[in-house]
Amino acid sequence: MKRFAELIQQLETSNKTNDKIAALVDYFNEADDLDKPYVIAMFTGKRPKRPVSTALIKLWAVELSEIPEWLFTESYHNVGDLSETIALILPPPVQISDRKLHEWIKDLALLNGQDDTHKKAFIVNAWNSLETRERFIFNKLISGNFRIGVSNKMLVNALAKQSTIESSKIMHSIMGKWEPSDITYNDLIAGVHVNTDNSWPYPFCLAYALESEPASLGEPKEWQAEWKWDGIRGQIIKRNGELFIWSRGEELVTDQFPELHFLANELPDGTVLDGEILSVKEGKVQAFSILQQRLNRKTINKAQLNDAPVGFYTYDLLEHKGRDLREDPLATRRQLLEQTIQQLQTQDIVALSPIVIFSDWTSLAKLREGARELNSEGIMLKKLDSLYHSGRKRGDWWKWKINPYTVDTVMIYAQKGSGRRANFYTDYTFAVRDGDQLITVAKAYSGLTDAEIKEVDRFVKKNAVEKFGPVRTVKPELVFEIAFEGIAESKRHKAGLALRFPRIARWRKDKKADEINTLDDLRQLLQSTL
Amino acid sequence: MRQNFTYLDFVYYHMALIKFTSKGIYCAQGDFYIDPWKPVNYAVTTHGHSDHVKSGNKAYLCHELTKSILNHRLGPDLNIQTLPYHKQITINGVKLSLVPAGHVIGSAQIRLEYKGEICVISGDYKVEYDGITTQFEPVKCHTFVSESTFGLPIYKWQPQQEVFAQIKDWISGNRDKNKTSVLTAYSLGKAQRLMKGLEGYGDIYVHSSIANLNEGFLHSGVNLPETIRITPETRKEELQKGIVIVPPALSDGRWIKTLTSPATAVCSGWMQVRAGRRWQSADAGFALSDHADWPGLLSAIKATEAERVYITHGFTATFSKYLNEIGIESEEVKTQYGNEEEEEEKS
Repeated sequence: MKRFAELIQQLETSNKTNDKIAALVDYFNEADDLDKPYVIAMFTGKRPKRPVSTALIKLWAVELSEIPEWLFTESYHNVGDLSETIALILPPPVQISDRKLHEWIKDLALLNGQDDTHKKAFIVNAWNSLETRERFIFNKLISGNFRIGVSNKMLVNALAKQSTIESSKIMHSIMGKWEPSDITYNDLIAGVHVNTDNSWPYPFCLAYALESEPASLGEPKEWQAEWKWDGIRGQIIKRNGELFIWSRGEELVTDQFPELHFLANELPDGTVLDGEILSVKEGKVQAFSILQQRLNRKTINKAQLNDAPVGFYTYDLLEHKGRDLREDPLATRRQLLEQTIQQLQTQDIVALSPIVIFSDWTSLAKLREGARELNSEGIMLKKLDSLYHSGRKRGDWWKWKINPYTVDTVMIYAQKGSGRRANFYTDYTFAVRDGDQLITVAKAYSGLTDAEIKEVDRFVKKNAVEKFGPVRTVKPELVFEIAFEGIAESKRHKAGLALRFPRIARWRKDKKADEINTLDDLRQLLQSTL
Repeated sequence: MRQNFTYLDFVYYHMALIKFTSKGIYCAQGDFYIDPWKPVNYAVTTHGHSDHVKSGNKAYLCHELTKSILNHRLGPDLNIQTLPYHKQITINGVKLSLVPAGHVIGSAQIRLEYKGEICVISGDYKVEYDGITTQFEPVKCHTFVSESTFGLPIYKWQPQQEVFAQIKDWISGNRDKNKTSVLTAYSLGKAQRLMKGLEGYGDIYVHSSIANLNEGFLHSGVNLPETIRITPETRKEELQKGIVIVPPALSDGRWIKTLTSPATAVCSGWMQVRAGRRWQSADAGFALSDHADWPGLLSAIKATEAERVYITHGFTATFSKYLNEIGIESEEVKTQYGNEEEEEEKS
């Protein structure tokens, strides 16, 4: 467990991807072979059943540390993580254990079904034999929830480096069905439990944001314009009768979208589509918030399938009849893509992302203004003769997003963040004026620099009304410009409306609280968008 | 400053040796202030950190080792009276003496006595002996004023030998990878503590703001480990092999980026919590503090046997509530202390 604790510390102390990968490679070179599959399972979110409830764990920790419960709660608000709070608050260990990670995990699994007295004896004994760092890990093992800033992609890159097996093969292997107790590390990454040959995705071609006027791009007739969709970028692969759906994060998400499984029967072998996974209802693309209900779920129920049906808007063809098309110009790829989609028997679920017809840049700019009505984020511009590049390359593909709405608000509540942001007031609630009153319209926790967050934090500490608990009411004094993507009626909010994707655009130090927007301003905006 | 006066408060307020005013902690009988944050005639100073001593006072009283710090930070032409630890003077009937606070070199608790009533204002303190600062001494008193910077039970320091062992491991790891080890530390206090703890583990290079303070201490006869002042001529290869200590103001600066693969570490009590470590843009964080931890605060307060404890800067509300629950009468007080970091000079 010590070696794993060391890995976690290394991962946490660096924010550079290369350092983290190096730490992971070292770990997989040095760690106990039996531990490794468990670590991979943990990092990829394969969660064992939780053997003890959070409430009990907390109760026992409070009891053992001999402090009042309210003080535990205050401590928790300043740490931002329950496992860590417990690790820090317990009295020092009385003996030291050098048990291995997989042994702890197996023993924890055995606790399922035992009575609380048994569970307590085991947990308390573990706490008493581990130092702070390892206690933290142990508590995380109980919860099974180990978010440590290691993405699947980062893990896979590290495993690829350590083993010299190709990374997309490893991704496919660890995404497959396996149990850490039944497989060796070498078999797991070699993928003996899956057939890795058919799933290869291509690296996505990415676009830069257009920062100048589109006129700088030259002749309009050299360009293809499409709507820019706000969904999940995806690649759909059909080879040798098998269907694979990859997300932009290079994760295999085939199981999450059963609506698209018909493609296994209808797409010809040797086909790779590039496009956007979206929620589409009656031919209309839905807001990202609808699609979100469908993401990262292990199981999907009927209601979710009904409320947020998924479709795929495709805009590129990377492989046709088994041939890699990436060196062909966009115009050719588009033609073949149109043929491929027209041949599908099931219509509407998978559709061509429409081309926006325009003759000059001014008229395209006008069309772009209407993007919001389609739940689109703006316009994509792709050069008709462009190849399908790997990754981001300046010049051939541009995203030309619409500007967000903005509103000036005043901060009225602040809350301490959790995780990385614990110990600082980082989550704010903003209000607009309504007559004499201030009405909450948005919560946001991003958009400030670390230095600004520290400055707000000092303001909150000096001007807070409450003394205990996580939320502070503050003097309405700091003015922030909030950017948002849309506005909708809402019965759940006192303001009667809700902003979509609110975030802090900037801190308006030049403005006073009496210069902020009013609720009427927002109501007018709402009316104008209906 | 205080609200909701009860009769007992009224009695305390008029009899008590000290009052909390908008300028700072005031002793009416002696007509002087302790660590005032607004200009006054006579400022008794616990230590040289900038949140405890401001410029503009007509006269200062401090420990003899604090004088050079005040001259360095506030100017050469100050009216400063100094005292060694434990020497008693009398101001209008109030007996005043300085007692070691163990926080930084020259830091003192202020012990006041008038007609048998004893009051101690501790400023900032730590109870563990750091090998370079005169160790904290508990003083029996009726009224005790305590900080609460780390007044939560999650703050329990490891013994400093263990922390220094970790820092040394980190430095030797950096050497193996040809990285330059850069530690950020307050010029006054943490810097000297690191120098002491890392003495003999390599050449220690210090930023000029630290070197200037060190010179003042050497003049006053303090024994400090040998260090080398960083100048524009200092070669990057020397720094890479040695240990570099700079004040926090420089931690995000351009200078560090000019070093050979710099690896930075923050040494502070806030590094006890993962969020604190990750918040810093440093490569490593070590929980090394010049403030008392939770057990340290509790043991210090209990040792005073004080009837009433005032809690200043830190987790004031929480700590004070806890003291009342365990039977120590306590009250929180708002002060302007506790911003060492933002006040640290940017020199």
